[in-house]
Amino acid sequence: MKIGVCIKQVPDTATKIGVKEDHSGILEDNTKYIVSPYDEYALEEALRTKEKIGNSEVIVLSVGQKRTAEALRNALAMGCDKAIHINTEGQGFLDSHAIAKLLATKIQSESIVLVFTGRHAVDDDNCQVSQMLAEFLKCPHVTMVSKFALEGSKAKVERDVEGGAKEIWEVELPAVFAATKGLNEPRYASLKGIMQAKSKSLSDIPVTQTFAQDLTPKVLWSNYQMPAERKVGKIFKDEPAKAVKEVVRLLREEAKVI
Amino acid sequence: MAANALVLVETKSGKIKKTSLELLSEGHRLASKLGGHLKALLIGEGVQSLGRETGAYGASECYVADHAEFKNYNVERYTSIVVEACEKAQAEVLLATASSLGRDLLPRVAARLNTGMATECTTLSVKNHKVVGTRPIYAGKCFVDVTIPNTIPQVITCRPNVFESSKVKTPTEPKVISIGSEYASMPVKAKIVEIVAAKSEKPDLTEAEIIVSAGRSIKSAENFKIMNELAEVVGAAVGASRAAVDAGYAPHSMQVGQTGKTVNPKLYIACGISGAIQHLAGMRTSKVIVAINSDAEAPIFQKCDYGIVGDLFQIIPLLTEEFRKLLKE
Repeated sequence: MKIGVCIKQVPDTATKIGVKEDHSGILEDNTKYIVSPYDEYALEEALRTKEKIGNSEVIVLSVGQKRTAEALRNALAMGCDKAIHINTEGQGFLDSHAIAKLLATKIQSESIVLVFTGRHAVDDDNCQVSQMLAEFLKCPHVTMVSKFALEGSKAKVERDVEGGAKEIWEVELPAVFAATKGLNEPRYASLKGIMQAKSKSLSDIPVTQTFAQDLTPKVLWSNYQMPAERKVGKIFKDEPAKAVKEVVRLLREEAKVI
Repeated sequence: MAANALVLVETKSGKIKKTSLELLSEGHRLASKLGGHLKALLIGEGVQSLGRETGAYGASECYVADHAEFKNYNVERYTSIVVEACEKAQAEVLLATASSLGRDLLPRVAARLNTGMATECTTLSVKNHKVVGTRPIYAGKCFVDVTIPNTIPQVITCRPNVFESSKVKTPTEPKVISIGSEYASMPVKAKIVEIVAAKSEKPDLTEAEIIVSAGRSIKSAENFKIMNELAEVVGAAVGASRAAVDAGYAPHSMQVGQTGKTVNPKLYIACGISGAIQHLAGMRTSKVIVAINSDAEAPIFQKCDYGIVGDLFQIIPLLTEEFRKLLKE
């Protein structure tokens, strides 16, 4: 079986985000990039599924600038068999719709039947690509997947919903599954894996040359802003009992939230 | 051309959810600005009778897909129903809450209708006859304005607790229109076979008006008892920092932050949480933040409205007691 994993390279979550002076985007100088944390669960689940069922191939895909190759190389070191980099270097803003279209094209041409993604990428927080991808592939999707098991050509999965409840889904493949934390513990690349990755296939496909789709964004992003700073709060350092009384009073009389 | 706004209304235990009432109110304000009408959509089993209630919030029409097969969420059926409702309602704007349902369903609807989508907006305004959705990105480290200039409907999900719900002065008698029955027999490739209920009936973190949250200094899962007691008294949901989750003191469903839930309550009480950048990102849009920490230098004290320097095991029981007294009055 061909298993696909879609990943995205994002700024490290420890990064302080700054906005450009003209509010046209975020500052990207000196940013350290990582694989979006939820995508690591997707990678791990794809690898575990291959280990369980055998006779499979795990193909990792990413749409992104030149630097994205690092993230793909790391996925190969973790154990993926081949990588496809849809290279957007020099391309303007691509929205979720365009990215899902690009991924769908490759997933179809590779005859991938089982796709894992992260529940959302922790930069844009759009939470759209997995579902749009499934729509373009004309197959079902399940998001927030915290448990996954393959039973023949069907998958039985758990989906985390509000308030700690879980939905149990039965899904016919092909399908797209968006992973959340709790699904597994992602592995690290081993030294052996890193060595092996060097000889694995990483194809670099420039967007502009290969894809016929109209990639004109359907959404526009503008006016990037930093959040309003909170004014300095009232801090109580002594006499806990008194401090508690005062804070409760302020919550009612000043903040009016209780 | 009339620019109608269609709101996907969610229900729970036979009632319209509070978050949907907020959204109906915002939908009504938007529709007025755009010169169109507010319309509502209900999907489920036994929801027909709720259709009329949307009139109190200004809906002129309510589309209802009511069938036993629609009791549980099904992405294939629900997508078809929402798409049909958008067409019938001539919706220029489609709104849903950024809930488990809205987050899963709306991108799929947007893809099928070949239009764009704005996720988890916290403010909506109108400029040049189009909706501008302002939304947090990087889990709230910054904000951006999103517009969908050339395609309709403009598909938008909104965070809970960001809009006031208010009934209109002169309620309308909405036309209740049944739709979607043909999708009940549609063959589907994915379905829910079981729902495992949550252990407690506490409000979800993403919808809660008050959240009490603990960090690693809580020291054990058992010690969350003091958090639960505090939560009980003020009607709060209980959250945890990533450090507390990674230490095994709380499940991931309780994690607040960039790799957990982004929350937006009226009151957030952070107990023994130092204030890592990822945690601050996930809770910074809270209206009022109270911090309790034994380390006076903890970064959380730079981001709070009220802070108490002290040991959480001493402070929290006192706080619980004080709230109990206040709320008894």
